[in-house]
Amino acid sequence: MLQRLASPRTGGLLALAAAIVLLPFLLSNSYFYDIAILVGLNAIVCVGLNLLIGYAGQISLGHAGFFGLGAYGSAILASRYGWPPLAAMLTTTLAVAALAFLVGRPILRLKGHYLAMATLGLGIIIFMVITTEDKFTGGPDGLSVVPFSIGEYTLRGERLWYWIVGALLLFAVWLALNLIESPAGRALRALHSSEVGAEVVGIDAARQKVMVFVISAVFASVAGSLAAHYSGFVTPGKVAFFHSIELVTMVVFGGMASTFGAVVGAAVLTTLPQLLTVFKDYEMMVFGAVMMGTMIFLPRGVVPSLGRLLELRRQGAASRSDPRT
Amino acid sequence: MSLLRVQGLTKKFGGLNAVEDLSFDIQTGSVHSIIGPNGAGKTTLLNLLTGVYQPSSGKIAFEEHDLTGRAPHEYASHGIARTFQNLQVFFNMSALENVMVGRYMHERCGLASTLLRGPGLKRAEKTCRDEAAELLRYVGLQDYLSSASDSMPYGALKRLEIARALATKPKMMLLDEPAAGLNPTEALELENLIGRLTERGVTVVLVEHNMRLVMGVSDHILVLDYGRKLAEGPAQSVRNDPKVIEAYLGSSVPHDGSFGKDIAAAVTIGVEMRR
Ligand SMILES: Nc1ncnc2c1ncn2[C@@H]1O[C@H](COP(=O)(O)OP(=O)(O)OP(=O)(O)O)[C@@H](O)[C@H]1O
Ligand SMILES: [Mg+2]
Repeated sequence: MLQRLASPRTGGLLALAAAIVLLPFLLSNSYFYDIAILVGLNAIVCVGLNLLIGYAGQISLGHAGFFGLGAYGSAILASRYGWPPLAAMLTTTLAVAALAFLVGRPILRLKGHYLAMATLGLGIIIFMVITTEDKFTGGPDGLSVVPFSIGEYTLRGERLWYWIVGALLLFAVWLALNLIESPAGRALRALHSSEVGAEVVGIDAARQKVMVFVISAVFASVAGSLAAHYSGFVTPGKVAFFHSIELVTMVVFGGMASTFGAVVGAAVLTTLPQLLTVFKDYEMMVFGAVMMGTMIFLPRGVVPSLGRLLELRRQGAASRSDPRT
Repeated sequence: MSLLRVQGLTKKFGGLNAVEDLSFDIQTGSVHSIIGPNGAGKTTLLNLLTGVYQPSSGKIAFEEHDLTGRAPHEYASHGIARTFQNLQVFFNMSALENVMVGRYMHERCGLASTLLRGPGLKRAEKTCRDEAAELLRYVGLQDYLSSASDSMPYGALKRLEIARALATKPKMMLLDEPAAGLNPTEALELENLIGRLTERGVTVVLVEHNMRLVMGVSDHILVLDYGRKLAEGPAQSVRNDPKVIEAYLGSSVPHDGSFGKDIAAAVTIGVEMRR
């Protein structure tokens, strides 16, 4: 039992749950809550994106597009057409899943740089459509969004949103861990390492890649829908190319093929710019320096590198206390 | 009935015919070796027989099913498994997980029960783990049950690929130079393992340069040269075929026959000369 609690899976989920529960003691005002919610939403996107990038080894430079489609889909259906927000969100999610499925097949046949270019193009097309179809989207000015409500009950206030996003993040991490520790998850890691090796044991690599692409798009879309309702406003900024890069950076920074790494990456890189405002004009430079430093000194990303360090120290301690060695 | 039937198989790479108009049958239960000098087209042939390459022309039928033009995973689902000359181990996983991946076709379940981790999946995972461990022991990798694959020596990785291929529960297994890089002891163990594979009911197709191994295990041998069939038949008759010796040694074969008629010796020397 104790051993199960200490396993990376259960232990990690418990640690994340504890962090979510204890964090409010440190959040002294609603500004901090706001950042924490932002962290949570980015983390949900990153956990999904990490399945694609870290586990299956397929790059996407267009995930801000799926985030944006989720945000705008919810905003348009709920605010312009008066749909109940939950129905708007579910419909949007399904539509994004369908889109990811349709474009995933041809796109994921590409590899490496070509895949990067294709996903980049997809993100740019989504961005262009959103900024030019201003009749629906409000163009560059954006669109205001009604608050999220279920029946008569309206979700308002940072505190309530904090708990909702926290619970959803925990759920997203749980789903991701379940996927990874399943035959399908092993298939993803296998095709990351050797696609032909995976194919000859019966894995339909193309199909598996599309599946994980759709899942990661759905995670991004749901986070986008929630972000729209929470902030009450959507602008094209979060759909832009730069946001896609930010998301990939969070995944790489936290550690590829580490679900908790994706959460840590999202947390650090979402909070850091807020903390760095003390550096005023030098903010972006310090941010860049932190990024470069991590990649040089912790090339596998923060969480896997630290995990490995701990492992080595434990082994070191074990061999020192072992009289045979 | 033959297990595998190949008819008029050709693979062109630009102007080069790596495999040319090749026809042969493989019978159930046999060890069928494919030999030939470097560049003869043996690996290309295995890639064709597992869907990794698509033939330029010709037909491949397995148990009377026409598999020509199918994807590799479809070949796998019909019961064809293989190993690779240049290892295709999943180096981002443990040895055990590599073999667990091999059980994919027999474990996979719906997306919903995967994501929600139902009790059925948990049980299946335990069985998968146990059977993978059993297969590691079967191929003699009991010392690597908890090893990361990227920390294993070359010889062990070769056997890991065999265990992974076995995990698919194949009817036919294609081995591409399984003895390359093995020391004599390991090669002997491999010979023993191939014997046990056939006892298990797996038909083995062996591509190999180690003639001691080939002559030790083969029922039937197919000799390729420049992508064409040079000779084919029971092991005994092929080993005495002068055409075969000539192909291996080129013009350096003494016409007075002073190398003797024993291809096993001649070929071993020939291969050593080329390397
Ligand atoms: N993907 C490819 N593209 C172009 N040419 C290829 C390709 N694969 C193989 N060839 C060529 O086809 C011929 C046969 O190669 P193949 O690898 O099948 O030989 P082999 O019999 O396995 O040799 P070895 O004993 O060295 O493994 C060679 O001339 C090789 O250069
Ligand atoms: Mg070869």
